[in-house]
Amino acid sequence: MRKSFLPVLVYLVGFIILIRLINLQIFSKKYDKLSIKNSVLKQNIYPERGFIFDRNGKLLVSNQPMYDLMVIPNSLKSFDTTELSNLTGMEMEKIYENLIRAKKYSIRAPSVLINQIPKNKYAGLQEKMWKFPGMYIQRRSARYYETNIASNILGYISEVNNSDIKNDSYYEKGELIGRQGVEKTYEKILRGKKGVKYLQRDKFSRIIGPYKNGELDTLPVKSNNVTISVDMELQEYGSMLLKNKRGGVLAIEPESGEILLSISSPAYNPNLLVGRQRSENFKSLKADTLNNILFDRSLQGQYAPGSPFKVLNALIGLEEGVISENDKFLCNKGHFYGNNQFMECRCPVGSMNNLNSAIHKSCNTYFSNIYQKIINNSNDATYGTNRWSSHLKSFGLGNYLGYDHPVGQPGFIPDGNFYNLWYPNQKWSGSTIVSNSIGQGEVLVTPIQLANIAAIIGNKGYYYKPHFIKAIDNYDIDLKFSTKNFTTISSKNFIPIIQGMKDAVKKGTARIASIPGIDVCGKTGTIENFTKINGVKTQLTDHSMFIAFAPCEKPKIAIAVIVENGYWGGRWAAPIASLIIEKYLNKKIKRSWLEKRMVEGSLQNEYMKVVSNKPFTINE
Amino acid sequence: MNKLTRFDWNSLTVYLLLCTIGLINIYSIGYDIDSNTMSYFNFNKQLFAFAISILLITVIQFLDTKILERYASIFYLFGIFTLITVAVFGTEVSGSKSWFRLGSFNIQPSEFMKIFVTIAIAKILCDINTKIRRFKDLFFCFIILLAPVILIMFQPDAGSAIIFLFLIIVFHSEGMPSFVLLSIVISILIFLLIIIFGEIITVATIIFISIISIIIQQKKEVKNILNSLFLAIVSILYSLSVNFIFNNVFEQRHRDRFNILLGKEIDSQGLGYNINQSQIAIGSGRFSGKGFMQGTQTKGGFVPEQQTDYIFTTIGEEWGFIGSSLVLILFVFLIQRIIKTAYKQKNSFNRVFCLGFACILFAHIFINLGMVVGLVPTIGIPLPFISYGGSSLIAFSIFLGIFLRMEFERTN
Repeated sequence: MRKSFLPVLVYLVGFIILIRLINLQIFSKKYDKLSIKNSVLKQNIYPERGFIFDRNGKLLVSNQPMYDLMVIPNSLKSFDTTELSNLTGMEMEKIYENLIRAKKYSIRAPSVLINQIPKNKYAGLQEKMWKFPGMYIQRRSARYYETNIASNILGYISEVNNSDIKNDSYYEKGELIGRQGVEKTYEKILRGKKGVKYLQRDKFSRIIGPYKNGELDTLPVKSNNVTISVDMELQEYGSMLLKNKRGGVLAIEPESGEILLSISSPAYNPNLLVGRQRSENFKSLKADTLNNILFDRSLQGQYAPGSPFKVLNALIGLEEGVISENDKFLCNKGHFYGNNQFMECRCPVGSMNNLNSAIHKSCNTYFSNIYQKIINNSNDATYGTNRWSSHLKSFGLGNYLGYDHPVGQPGFIPDGNFYNLWYPNQKWSGSTIVSNSIGQGEVLVTPIQLANIAAIIGNKGYYYKPHFIKAIDNYDIDLKFSTKNFTTISSKNFIPIIQGMKDAVKKGTARIASIPGIDVCGKTGTIENFTKINGVKTQLTDHSMFIAFAPCEKPKIAIAVIVENGYWGGRWAAPIASLIIEKYLNKKIKRSWLEKRMVEGSLQNEYMKVVSNKPFTINE
Repeated sequence: MNKLTRFDWNSLTVYLLLCTIGLINIYSIGYDIDSNTMSYFNFNKQLFAFAISILLITVIQFLDTKILERYASIFYLFGIFTLITVAVFGTEVSGSKSWFRLGSFNIQPSEFMKIFVTIAIAKILCDINTKIRRFKDLFFCFIILLAPVILIMFQPDAGSAIIFLFLIIVFHSEGMPSFVLLSIVISILIFLLIIIFGEIITVATIIFISIISIIIQQKKEVKNILNSLFLAIVSILYSLSVNFIFNNVFEQRHRDRFNILLGKEIDSQGLGYNINQSQIAIGSGRFSGKGFMQGTQTKGGFVPEQQTDYIFTTIGEEWGFIGSSLVLILFVFLIQRIIKTAYKQKNSFNRVFCLGFACILFAHIFINLGMVVGLVPTIGIPLPFISYGGSSLIAFSIFLGIFLRMEFERTN
């Protein structure tokens, strides 16, 4: 008994420790994770974000160095916070706050004290760094926009939020993601793929070498540059013309579907959304509900199409066989329709218009008549409206066009069902919904859709999906952008329409848009519009609209311009469109008087009426 | 040649294996956290101590162990003398005056005192006149044992002091009445009960057990019942005094160690940090370990005192369960072998000495391994043959050398 006490005790203790080891090392899974959490630091290596060029190879977006001031709390000596605050432009309270946070994280490992110090502050800070022991400057990359316009096209990048991380496991906290425009659409191409480096750190969070000799590390994949179809010079020119006016302009190269420019006015400088001031600037942009700057009028603005829509009705009329080119309709400054209602027209009493003159004179009576014929053809308004609707939809209306930009609106094209629901207890016919004939009914379109309509007419019946992309290094462009989309209108029916639009510029409503030496086809529009002021539906000055393409044969550019509350089409939209066309095709502007009028013209008074809280008159 | 085959090669092999494991891991922990570089200074020192150890073991094989018996008292008194001088002239390292400085070496007398006390106890117990059952002789034995314990407590180095108490097991093995060992075990149990559950439950438990024992006693004589009552009262008084000692005599750091181990306090920054980090190191080694020099806990310096008291964490982390269980098995094998052969010794001095060696070795394994796996409170003692520290390695090597010599003498 005495002799066995010690051996038994040794075995017992040995056994207990063995069990404990089995438990710790074989059954327990948590220690593995705890040790990794302790000592492995995952460091990402980011490839430089790809550049963006315009169609002529002009650099639009590059990267700029930004600087983070890093701090190692335990090598810190007392320093002058006021001076640091002045040098970096960071408030003192924020510096204190970050310092406390850094100390909490680790007193021996570096943390960011002041982030995103811009280039211009860097030099001054660098010079005074000797005054701040325990701190050093770390370079990082930020976006640099070489232009101060086109923010609606280029978009911006910002730090990922929780839902981004949830949606795409690639992203980690603090990383940047394309938020808008080209930056968003081509995010994966522009960002490349980050590499990962696993580092081992010690108990003070200092790096002591690679983890597992770098076995788990991955190399970053280079990013690619993107060339967009936009002509930046043209974009700049257009932006200048739209100064002090609200509106959207969009131009397409009809033979390729490439978007030549996309202007939304007013606009913001894309560099506002870079750097430390980003969130503040973004907030104030967002807060400006009056100008609605973040709203891209060229892609998101939904407007009644107005007179340009007449040409579509003409095309449908021809295709449906309800009219022929030479059918004439009498106009007496308008006409009576339906239940003794009268639609006004600018044509003098006794006018007899055929298709050509109806287009270039923009005769409401003519289009009212043919529209009712389209709808009432086969004596079934629902059927007629559906036919009409599906023709329009073949132009890409009433739906997203499928272009490569994250924002957009579908617009609206009603069909038979829509009116059956609208007039449930009532028989309706072409005369009920006759406003659609002149583009003032329920139809809504966006400037890009209007520009695409111009491109389709120029192409005599087909279009390529409009797109911003022109080329990507090492990648092909989506095939959908090089596929022809045909409308349901046969090619021959476009010929009289093109002629009508040509005459509209030559001798009709759009004479202001004519350019010496260039055949321009165009159609003006003057769009009635309403808003609610204190809950009361109020009519505002008409929108000025114009669609055009040029030259009329084999057009190089198709364009839509809308100037909000600019009154008639020929007043703002047509001159702006024609100046842009002239600039694009001739590179030089001969009509400098017109250019001057556009650049200097302002509609700010018009826009202030709405918020003035005073009664006002419109269409002055 | 015949003689050489009788030499205990097995124990020597285990010894060499353990020392090699120690050297490999000291090398691996060479990363110096403060200068951020690898430092082989400690490894080289340990290698030097290992060389001296081998030399000493070899020399001892040519000596007669009778010398130890003959000069036991001189060794003992020399040991006591060094303990007193270290208390006066010693170098203070992290709060303890336990070392003599000799150039770049520090010598820790308490390590060698383990040998001297073992020799002294062997000498007393093997004396034909000593009857350990007698209270007087037992008392003398305790005096011999407790004198160095008290001196070492004053350094203060409670860890080393506790080791000596394990020699009581030898007293028991040599005939000390079982009730003495039993009362010691019971006092430890009551002590733990008090700390874990508090005095009310403990006292209630004692009363409950006393009543049960009185009821089941077959001879219900007054004397037996009085005995039981007496025992119960002593236990209760002891319980109450434990609480007093724990709260008033113990220092806060001692209390913390107990409280953390017993799960009464959760403290991942302070003392609990050590226990937590050493368990992370061992646990993250999993079955086969992270590999030589690959331990992230080791490299990052997360575990304190890693070359000395916590060296087992590196073995666990870098060599996994395979490595840690191998070390455990080697130790158990060695201790059992020493015990087994000790009982075969006809020479009672040699028997008691070997048993004493086994007890001290066991005490170290029990406390050190128990501590790093989180079963025993933090008590700073090295892992024999493995931990960095020349005094410890040399002292244990001398112990082993003497054991090997005695075993050689026995078989020849």
